[in-house]
Amino acid sequence: MGLTGLEIYKQLPKKNCGECGTPTCLAFAMALAAGKGALDSCPYVSDAAREALDSAAAPPIRAIKFGNGSVLGDETVLFRHDKTFYHPTTILVHVSDVWSDADISAKVEEVNGLEFDRVGLHYSMDGIAIVNESGDAARFAQVVQKVAAATEKSLVILSDKVEALQSAVPPVAARKPLIGSATEENYETVVALAKEQALPVILKANGLDALNDLVEKAQALGYKEFVLDPGSRKPVETLANLTHLRRLAIKKKFRPFGYPVVAFTTKNEPLDEIAEASIYVTKYASALVLKASKKGQVLPLLTLRQNIYTDPQKPIQVEPTLHAVGDVNENSPVYVTTNFSLTYYSVEGEVEASKIPSYILPVETDGTSVLTAYAAGKYEPEKIAEALLNCGVVDKVKHRNVIIPGYVAVISGKLQEKSGWKVIVGPRESSGIVSFARSLSL
Amino acid sequence: MPVTLVKERFPSKVGEVTLGATAEQGGTRDSVVVVGGDNLLPFLHFEGKVVHRPVIAMEVTDIVPPWNEAIKAQFGDVLDNPAAWAKKCVDEFGADLIYVKLIGADPEGFNRSPEDCARVVKDVLAAVGVPLIVVGCETPEKDNEVMAAVAEATAGENLLIGLAEQDNYKSIAAAAMVHKHNVIARSPLDINICKQLNILINEMGLPLNKIVIDPMIGGLGFGIEYAYSIMERARLGALANDKMLSMPMICTVGYESNRAKEANESVEAFPDWGELADRGVLWETLTATALLQVGASILVMRNPAAVKLVQHNIADLVEVAEA
Ligand code: SF4
Repeated sequence: MGLTGLEIYKQLPKKNCGECGTPTCLAFAMALAAGKGALDSCPYVSDAAREALDSAAAPPIRAIKFGNGSVLGDETVLFRHDKTFYHPTTILVHVSDVWSDADISAKVEEVNGLEFDRVGLHYSMDGIAIVNESGDAARFAQVVQKVAAATEKSLVILSDKVEALQSAVPPVAARKPLIGSATEENYETVVALAKEQALPVILKANGLDALNDLVEKAQALGYKEFVLDPGSRKPVETLANLTHLRRLAIKKKFRPFGYPVVAFTTKNEPLDEIAEASIYVTKYASALVLKASKKGQVLPLLTLRQNIYTDPQKPIQVEPTLHAVGDVNENSPVYVTTNFSLTYYSVEGEVEASKIPSYILPVETDGTSVLTAYAAGKYEPEKIAEALLNCGVVDKVKHRNVIIPGYVAVISGKLQEKSGWKVIVGPRESSGIVSFARSLSL
Repeated sequence: MPVTLVKERFPSKVGEVTLGATAEQGGTRDSVVVVGGDNLLPFLHFEGKVVHRPVIAMEVTDIVPPWNEAIKAQFGDVLDNPAAWAKKCVDEFGADLIYVKLIGADPEGFNRSPEDCARVVKDVLAAVGVPLIVVGCETPEKDNEVMAAVAEATAGENLLIGLAEQDNYKSIAAAAMVHKHNVIARSPLDINICKQLNILINEMGLPLNKIVIDPMIGGLGFGIEYAYSIMERARLGALANDKMLSMPMICTVGYESNRAKEANESVEAFPDWGELADRGVLWETLTATALLQVGASILVMRNPAAVKLVQHNIADLVEVAEA
């Protein structure tokens, strides 16, 4: 979100005195626009100009950091195809202080265990939101400490009661929790607590107009570490609010809404709740608090989050080196594919399902699929031959047969000639691999 | 202070396509289904009108499908009887449409004749009152014969038939034109091919309001993000008045999501992935709900448990917010 040199120049004193180390104000402005030097080098900048430049140069949505590496906000687009979404929705599981200690321990243990590996990626749950439903400040403080001691993950500490926050937050401030919620009624005390403990705080109001008022008032207290909650608890309203907040922040640079937003699910049935959560993961929630925490329920949601937050310009790739699937031996079949993660893992999944231990060689295609790579000249027989001969498989198998994707059957002759290997044309789609593999007699 | 919200005023809207025909309209359906028509980004009621809510077409195959047990068990004993199966989808699971996939036509499989295929479609038509979507076995030459026979045998029913693709669209578009049906135009996640195909079909004489786009989605975890962005761009294109992108979109959610290992493998095989019961249902559900957010109009689904969840999700989203 940089400013142009000219925009910066307009705000400078235009004395051309050279004290900043560059001969003219314009040269200084150009240097700043290029990210070199600091505004402070000019002793004559007015406070108004400094303020204007700072806020214009700030990102449209502030980055808020909390807990164990959680980053909220700092997004720059409305649609992922315009660039990318940067900071995947931080997802936290709701834990209530009205539950028994045993139930709380079990839930925290379950959340700690929400770690998943699929298609070469690792997903995990980000943290726990401890909610003061008991109304009892002492109980809340006790539960917060108990949860903090039982997990390394990020924490959100939520209460409507100022006293509850005042007793629960300071003992765990070192964990840098996100706290909330500051409302119209209590914001002065709650924001003061957040400021004193240097923690980000949720500002909650009912509707966007009220939220705007609250942000303005809270900012006037000299603090800016905010996360917004527009108060809606119906999916269609939450979707509208999340969209309004993101649009105003990005299209209008509307400062009061230039903060990340937290959403809360409302469905009680876990599968319905995950479906509801999928709305907020795709449409603009920076943080999300939900109740469901079973592995089979959470994996689909974390997968969706990973998918949506993948950079459209940077396809996920696998190492273009020889991969062994199963207990391979010198007779194992050898498949070649591309290093686009989806292509590779589709092939790997099917090869695994064929129950025939095999080698797979993903050829470097800058992460493109077979057809795209071939069309772009990145899947030429020369290149595949070179990869095949250099990947080490030559010493691992005693046969010289290589299976290529059906879509590039036309390169068979050339590949055979370049590599000296016999080329077998495999199925076009990976879904054909199981039956193909069974019919193979090498 | 009141905030001035950003409300987009789009110059155009998604085109409307009507599926099915009642007796007065020359068919036999109890009612028709209209899709499209919206002049807003999905479910943003503050800037337009959700004219027709997204609909769910449940998949019925002409031979017992190779699906996992968790799904098949929910249908009981009807999977070898397309008519009874379709009826169950409508009566018990609330399907808006039935999507008949004639995999029995596959020359490498049962190799059923076009006439047999047409008979299956007629049976399903007789069993349910909702409109039908019919596709072949994804073997282009055979499908051309099969769909020609189906289109003729069901003339006047205003089916949605597929698939027209860039290198094989003439025969099916002609069949749709002659016998008054709609066509699914399928293009492989490519907005230019999508437009080009719509132009080609339209040039043959099939009106634009008889075409539905199939963007060839990827399922959750396997490329859904590509479909998500292509569909979002297409929706924006439709609203910006790009007529060749303005057709409603159909997504083969059940097929794509259930190809994934995650929708089929047991917790014993993958202990870290959790119970298959929930995981499988949600794999299909989230493939659908994510694509609803970028403008899917027709979701083709198979798992009744997932259908139920998506019905809830749609109901929540089309509910008009109280002012
Ligand atoms: S010190 Fe300030 S006033 Fe002087 S030339 Fe540099 S920018 Fe201009």
